[in-house]
Amino acid sequence: MNAPRLLAAFGSGLLFGLGLALSGMMDPGRVLGFLDVAGAWDPSLAFVLAGAVAVSALGYALRGRMARPALAPRFEVPTNRSVDARLLVGAVLFGIGWGLAGFCPGPALAGLTLGLPEVALFVAAMLAGMLLYRFTAERAPAVGP
Amino acid sequence: MTAFLAPLAGGALIGAAAALLLLANGRIAGISGILGTLLGPAARDRAWRVAFLVGLLAGPALFRGLTGHWPEVRIGAPWPMLVAAGLLVGFGTRLGAGCTSGHGVCGLARLSPRSFAAVATFMAAAIVTVFLVRHGVAR
Repeated sequence: MNAPRLLAAFGSGLLFGLGLALSGMMDPGRVLGFLDVAGAWDPSLAFVLAGAVAVSALGYALRGRMARPALAPRFEVPTNRSVDARLLVGAVLFGIGWGLAGFCPGPALAGLTLGLPEVALFVAAMLAGMLLYRFTAERAPAVGP
Repeated sequence: MTAFLAPLAGGALIGAAAALLLLANGRIAGISGILGTLLGPAARDRAWRVAFLVGLLAGPALFRGLTGHWPEVRIGAPWPMLVAAGLLVGFGTRLGAGCTSGHGVCGLARLSPRSFAAVATFMAAAIVTVFLVRHGVAR
C-alpha cells in the first residue's frame, strides 16, 4: 500500500466527515424528523442524498473514461446485480435500527469525535452487530453494494 | 431555501468524497463495508480503510475549525434503544451489504439494481419504525 493511496483514502474520509457535519446528517433528531413523514416532516435531508448522488454520479461517469484508477491497478466495484433475500432482510433490519436511533454507520462513527457517551454506546453495539454477523451469517466472499 | 443549502452542500462534499475514493483508489465509499471488513480475518487492504476512517473522524473536527462550532447531535433514544438500534444497524448493514453510503450515495449513482432495492427497503423500514415509535399504539 503506497502513501498516495493512503493519503487519497484519508482525504476522502475527511471530505466525507466534513460533508456529514455540514449536512445535518449527524443529528439524529433531524434524521428522525426526516423519517417522520406523518409528523412535522423535515424534508431538508433529502437534499443531502440528492447532492451526494449527483456529485458521486459524476465520478462514476468519469470512471467510464479511465482504464484504471489514478493510484490503483484496477477498479473494485461490485458486479452483482441480483436482488436476493439477504439484501432485503439486511436492509429491513438496518432500516429498523436507523429508525429507532436516527444513526446510520457514517454519522455514528463521525459523531465519536464529539465524545458523547450515547454515540460511543451506539457504535459499540454496531460493532457487536457486525461481529455477530461475521460469526453467524457471513459467507465468503463478501458481496459489496 | 437557506435551510436546504447546507444539506445540499454537505451532500455534494459527501459525493465528492465518494468520487475521489473511486477515481483515485478504485473503491466504493461504503462506510459499513469499510468498517466491517476491518473486523474480518483477512488482513488484506487494511491500511487504506484505517486511513479513510481516521479522515472520517477528523471531518467534524475540521468543521469545528472552519465554523467555530460542533455539528448539532441531538439524541433522544434511551440507552437500551440505542443498543438495540446499534445491533440492528451493524448486523443489517453487513447482511444487506451496505448502508446509506454504499447503497445510497454510491449504489444509486452507479445505477445498481441491488442498491435501488436496498435503499427503497431500508427507507421504508425506517419510516415505518419512526411512525410506530412516534405515532403507534404505544403512545
